[in-house]
Amino acid sequence: MDGTSAAHSLSAPSRRAFLQGAGAAAGAFVLGCFVPFGERAVAAGAAAQGPFDPNVFVRIASDNTVTLVCKHFEMGQGVTTGLATLVAEELEAPWSDMRFEFAPNEAALYKNLIFGVMGTGGTTSIANSWVQMRQVGAAARMMFVAAAAERWRVPASEIAVENGVVSHDRSGRRARFGELAAEAMRMPVPAEVTLKPPGAWKLIGQRLPRLDSVSKTTGRAVFSFDVRRPGMLVAVVRRPDLFGATVRSFDDREARAIDGVVDVVQVPSGVAVLAEDTWTALRGREALKVDWDTGKAETRSVEDMLAEYGALADAKGLPALRRGDAEAGLARAAKVYEAEFTFPFLAHAPMEPLNCVIDLSDDGVELWSGCQLQSIDQAAIARVLGLKPQHIKINPLFGGGSFGRRGNPMADWTKEIAHVAKAVGRRVPIQLVWTREDDIKGGFYRPLVLHRVRAGLDGGGRIIGWRHKIVCQSLFVGTPLESSLVHDGIDETSVEGVVDTPYEIGNFAVESFNAQSLIPVLWWRSVGNSHGAHAMETAIDELARLAGQDPVAFRLALLADKPRDAAVVKLAAERAGWGQALPAGRGRGFAYHSCYNTRVAMVADVAVARSAIKVDRIVAAVDCGVAVNPDIITAQIEGAVGFALSACLRNQITFADGVVQQTNFDDYAPTHMSEMPQVEVHIIASHADATGIGEPGVPPLAPAIGNAIFAATGKRLRSLPFAAKALG
Amino acid sequence: MIRLNVNGTAHDLDVSPEMPLLWVLRDRLQLTSAKYGCGRALCGACTVHIDGEAARSCSVMAGDAVHTEITTIEAVAGKVAEAVKTAWQSLDVVQCGYCQSGQIMSAITLLNANKTPSDADIDAAMDGNICRCGTYLRIRQAIHMAAKAIA
Repeated sequence: MDGTSAAHSLSAPSRRAFLQGAGAAAGAFVLGCFVPFGERAVAAGAAAQGPFDPNVFVRIASDNTVTLVCKHFEMGQGVTTGLATLVAEELEAPWSDMRFEFAPNEAALYKNLIFGVMGTGGTTSIANSWVQMRQVGAAARMMFVAAAAERWRVPASEIAVENGVVSHDRSGRRARFGELAAEAMRMPVPAEVTLKPPGAWKLIGQRLPRLDSVSKTTGRAVFSFDVRRPGMLVAVVRRPDLFGATVRSFDDREARAIDGVVDVVQVPSGVAVLAEDTWTALRGREALKVDWDTGKAETRSVEDMLAEYGALADAKGLPALRRGDAEAGLARAAKVYEAEFTFPFLAHAPMEPLNCVIDLSDDGVELWSGCQLQSIDQAAIARVLGLKPQHIKINPLFGGGSFGRRGNPMADWTKEIAHVAKAVGRRVPIQLVWTREDDIKGGFYRPLVLHRVRAGLDGGGRIIGWRHKIVCQSLFVGTPLESSLVHDGIDETSVEGVVDTPYEIGNFAVESFNAQSLIPVLWWRSVGNSHGAHAMETAIDELARLAGQDPVAFRLALLADKPRDAAVVKLAAERAGWGQALPAGRGRGFAYHSCYNTRVAMVADVAVARSAIKVDRIVAAVDCGVAVNPDIITAQIEGAVGFALSACLRNQITFADGVVQQTNFDDYAPTHMSEMPQVEVHIIASHADATGIGEPGVPPLAPAIGNAIFAATGKRLRSLPFAAKALG
Repeated sequence: MIRLNVNGTAHDLDVSPEMPLLWVLRDRLQLTSAKYGCGRALCGACTVHIDGEAARSCSVMAGDAVHTEITTIEAVAGKVAEAVKTAWQSLDVVQCGYCQSGQIMSAITLLNANKTPSDADIDAAMDGNICRCGTYLRIRQAIHMAAKAIA
C-alpha cells in the first residue's frame, strides 16, 4: 500500500452506508453502529476514509503553533503524539510547533472511523487515523499553498512548503504558517489529497518526543481528579459488599453530624455522601449505616463458579468455529493432548481511580472526565437526566490509565454521577470519587474463564484435530453492544485469540459456553486475547514437545503461508538467541500472538529458584505495519510487560460469601520496579498500513513465561495466575 | 487552625489536624500534583517532600506536618530536581503520567542522598512507587541519566 487517498477511498461508500444503515435500524441511539473490535473491523477501518477538513482537526495560530484537535483519548498510550505526527508529516510542520488539545464530544466530526461513534479502544486509534490524519495535514498544506498563491499572485505549482515555511523561490517570497494561517483556513478544503510516499517521510518512523512529557513531569497535567470548580462538593458512594445487593434502608444521622458533610442521597448503586472535601466525604461514608437486601445477591466463590464452568464444558457448546472435522481428526490421532486452563477475574486498577466532575447549568450539563467512550457516556448521562445528548458537554482530560476500565458500555460511573446530581437536585458542581478500595472491589472485571483443549497429532507430529471449549461470561449480553458483538449467542470477544489464530489447523472446532453471574464484567487490556492467547500458546508449546519438535520450528511450520507472522516469530527467536543452552534453573520460553492486526512475539528468560519465579528478560518482536513512532511502540511493549506481569504471577479477584477478598495494592499488587525484567523490542520495518500497539503486548507475555518455566523445571503451569508453590 | 508551610508560603488553615496532608494540598490549597492512588502509602503517587525527604502525603496527618517545609513538584527546584525532570523528559518516561509526580519526588530524594545509585539502590528506593503503565525501565534509566548530569 502506498497510502494515497485514491487507494483508500474505494471501500468507503459501502462502509458509510453500512454504518448509517445500522444506526438507523437501532433507532436514535448511536450505539447500533458500534462495530466489533476484531481484526476484520480494524482492517476495514484502516481503509475507511474519514472527513479531513483541517478546520475541524487543526488550529494554526499566528505564533505558528499547530494544535491538533485530538479525537482520541490519551490514557498513556501516546495517541496525542502519534496523531500529531501524522498531521505534521503531511503539513510539513516542524515538530517543535506541534501542540494538541482534546476534541469536544461531537461524534459527527470526531468519530472513531471504526466504531462509528466517538471513542477510543480496541487498539483502533492509529489504525483508524492513519489515513485520515495524514489527509488532514495534506489538505492544510494545500490550503497554505493556495493562500500563498493568491497573496503572492504566483502559480500554486511553484510554491513549496517545508518546515513550517511556505516559499516561492522565483520571487524570493517566504511566509511562516502563522502569517498565512488566517487566509489559508478560509481556502476551500481540497476534494482530494495526495499523500507522500514513504520515502519522503521526515517524521513518521522517527523517535519524536511525546507532546505530553513536559506537563506530566512538572505536575501541570490535568486529570479529572484535579478539576476544582467553585463550591464543588465531593461525593463518595457506599456500594454493597455483594454484587446484586440493594439498599433496604439507611441511617445517615451520624454521617450528617460530621462537620462538612453536606448531603446524603440514595442512588441506584448505593448511598452517596457529599461533603466539602474528599476526606470529610470519606469519614461521612464510614459513619453511614446501610441495611442491604442481599436476597438476590451473588454469593458463589470462584471455586463454585469454576465447578459449574467445568460441568457446562462437559456438554456441547455453541459452535464458534467449525473448520474441517475436529472429532474425526482426533479419532485418527497418534497422540492426544488434553489440558484445562482457568483465568481469574481481574481488576484493571488504573493508577487514577475512577472519578469525574459534573456541573448542571441552565445551558445543560458539563462533565469533566477522562472517559474513553464519549458517545456512550454522553448518551448515558442524557438518559439519567432526561436530556438530549446534545445538551451534555464533555470536557475530556487525560486519563490516569484505563486498561479498559474508563470505557464501559454500561457507563457505570458516569451514570452514577448523573444519578448523584439528580438526587441532590440543586445546581452545585460535584466530583464523584472512587477510592482504591472502591476500584478493586467495584466489579467490571476481566471475566473468569475456562479453556479446555483436546488436540491430536498424527504420526508425523502434525496437528490433525483440535477441539477447544471456552466457558466465559459474556462482556456484552445485556449491554447496548449486544446486537453488534454477540451473534447466535456467541460473544466474539469470548472466543477471540482462538477462532482467529493464524496457525494452520485444518480440523478445528471451537465451542463457546456463556456462564452467568451477577459479577459485572468488562474488557481488560486485550480483551479475549488476554486468555485466548495464553491457552493457544501454551497448548502449542506442549504439542511441540509432544511431537518432539522445537517450539519455534513447530510454530513456523503452522505459519508456512503467513509470511508476516512467520517473520515476527523468526525475528524474536533470532534476537533472543533461541536454541542456546541456559544454566540449570533457568529457562527460555516462546509465545506469539496476533491481534488487532498487530503481531507480537515474545521470548521470556526465567529463573526459578525455591519456587520463586523471576523473569529476567523479555525479547519482543513487533509488526504493526508502519512504525509511526518506534519509541512509543517500544514503550508500549515495555509497559505491557510491566502491566501483564503481575496478572501472570499473582493478581486475582476472589470472593468469600460473595465479598471481594482484595482491597488495595497490598493484596492486589501491581508489578513493582524490582520485579521488572529487561525488555528488548525489535520492530519489523514495514510499509503496510499502521496498526495499533496499546494492547497487543499483553497476550504473549504469560504464555512465554509459562513456557520458560517449563523449560527451566519440566513442570507445566497452565492456569493463571501461576501457582509458584507448585514448583517447590 | 493549623499553619502549614507549603512551597515557601505559610498557610493558616481551618482543617482538622487529622486530615491527611494529601487532601489538604489537593482540596484546600488546590495543589493537585500530588495524586491519590491508594490512601495507604502503598503506591507513592502522593509523594511530596517534607523537609527535603520523600513522604507519602496520604498517610501524614496535617497536624504532624506543622513546623515543616512541605514541597510539591510544582515548586521543587535545584540542580537535582532539574536534572531529574530533564532526564524524564529526554527519555519520554511518562505514559499516563498519573504516578510520575510521585516517582520524580522519590527520585530526587534518592539522588540527594546517593549521587551514584546502582540499579539495586534505585530498586530499593523506588519500589514503593507503583507505575501501572510499567514505565520502570525508563525510570531506572532516567535516574542514572540524572545522576550523570549532576556528577
